Amino acid sequence: MKRDWDLYLLLIVPLFLTILFKYGAYPGLRIAFMNYLPAKGYAGSEWVGFETFQKVFKDRDFHVALRNSLLFNFAEVIVSFPMPIILALILNELKVPRFKKVSQTILYLPHFLSWAIIGSITYTLFRTETGLVNNMLVNFGLAENRIPFLTENLNWAITYLLVGVWAGMGWGSIVYLAAISSINVELYEAAMIDGAGRWKRMWYITLPGIKPTIITLLIMTLGRLMGSNYERLHAMGNVNVKGVQYQLAIYIYEKGLASGGFSRAAAVGLFQSIVGLLLVLASDKFAKALGEEGMI
Amino acid sequence: MWYNRRKSIIADYIMVLIIILLCSICLLPFIHLASKSISDNSFVLAKKVYFLPKGFNLEAYIVIFKDGQLTHSMLYSVLVTAVFTVLGSITTVMAAWPLSRRRLKGRIVFTFIIMFTMYFGAGLIPTYLLYNKLKMLNTMWVLILPLIFAPYNFLIMKTYFQSMIPDSLEESAYIDGASNTTILIRIVLPLSKPILATIALFLAVGRWNAYEDSKFFITKKSLHMIQYLLSMMVLSASEAEKISISEASLVTTTPEVIHAAAIMFVSIPVLCAYPFVQKYFVKGIMIGAIKG
Repeated sequence: MKRDWDLYLLLIVPLFLTILFKYGAYPGLRIAFMNYLPAKGYAGSEWVGFETFQKVFKDRDFHVALRNSLLFNFAEVIVSFPMPIILALILNELKVPRFKKVSQTILYLPHFLSWAIIGSITYTLFRTETGLVNNMLVNFGLAENRIPFLTENLNWAITYLLVGVWAGMGWGSIVYLAAISSINVELYEAAMIDGAGRWKRMWYITLPGIKPTIITLLIMTLGRLMGSNYERLHAMGNVNVKGVQYQLAIYIYEKGLASGGFSRAAAVGLFQSIVGLLLVLASDKFAKALGEEGMI
Repeated sequence: MWYNRRKSIIADYIMVLIIILLCSICLLPFIHLASKSISDNSFVLAKKVYFLPKGFNLEAYIVIFKDGQLTHSMLYSVLVTAVFTVLGSITTVMAAWPLSRRRLKGRIVFTFIIMFTMYFGAGLIPTYLLYNKLKMLNTMWVLILPLIFAPYNFLIMKTYFQSMIPDSLEESAYIDGASNTTILIRIVLPLSKPILATIALFLAVGRWNAYEDSKFFITKKSLHMIQYLLSMMVLSASEAEKISISEASLVTTTPEVIHAAAIMFVSIPVLCAYPFVQKYFVKGIMIGAIKG
């Protein structure tokens, strides 16, 4: 203890920041149980118990936001989750190291871009009237009419998901490639002597070899089912697709900061945080029960 | 056997083809934007610009520099990011080094206090009210102080220290008379350059790219990060697509070309830097995946 006084001294700054900015915000959660009026402050606003929650759970806008969030997160698991695995399997089969390295570097690029840039690029490419894709489709006679990629609900949802695949695929493959490289090479050699072809080796050695990684990451993804990324939704949103773009993060911003419904927005935020925490704990338990490494 | 061999070579080519296709999808948008940003307005309006510039025109970039908003915001964002990265790296070490030492009493409690905030956040509204009370709204510091110390970065650095700086190494330095401070500065930090680089880059790229806090906590335009400015420029135009086009025919530079130039302007720092820094990122997520 005496010897390490200076180590404790070091800890003061990060602990101070954590307590001031993270724990300091928790007391503000009480406005979810109040009818908070910014003009009156905490002291002047009245306590209402669970009334705000009752109102929120009856709120149609909340239903839409919750449904959209869950639907998109599920769709993300189905569409985006397998892509890095497939990509890692393909990258692993490449024979020329230089080619592999250069293409990996290129595929990592989207990970370093902000959603502002990705959203702007999406609009440049997919606008109905001036977007590159529509221009090419029409000018080369591949389509008669311009396709409203970003202004029609279903089209927007598909574009949104595919842009997500584009943004996350290369980067996501890193973990799987690492898992593949730790598989014992002798297994492959033995399989080749036994006459197993490329697909058999992929199916019976590589995939089982990275199964623990797949399961761990899948469970982690499920733990984030309640999540909602404001920047991504904002960067790709527009008035025409409110019906699908309206998700929890948007609800909280619009009902809360933008229109002063602080209590209601804080209640939704608290709901989201608690369910999110429960999901993380449950998926961690689940992973450990399956004999995988947990994440907490 | 011979048949199989040929089939296998065809499969090789198909896979190379898929990878080339995917790489093109990553690069072509930028080639298009770059071409558009220096093309002649008439070709852009005629929707004839694909992946090569048509005509030559630097007007859009001149407009950006003359207007000054983006250039100002670029310098400001660099400043914020630099301060953020330096302070963030220091505070991360300050937590990760002590808490990586197994002998330290209370390390489990302190680590829990830090990590808990990663899994349970107060949410936007309480955070906003807190910053308001701290008088941080509409200051540069709201973009820096609350986020410099991140539990995830702390965890990665702590894991690295635990596995790379064994207690025995530290102990022998201590017996030789080195104080904790000397050990940290003379032994630990020089041995930890890769992880310091990784965390610094995590911090820098994270700060550079994030923009929702500019929207939530800042109303003064001069204090916005450049990413937010870009999103306002391009997105506000996207909602009124038709209007901006009819206006376009009146002025010398079309909004489309300006947007392309603005996107390029904001992307260029990242496009130039990322090939050199990505290896540190890969290292970081590998440590993050092992976790401690």
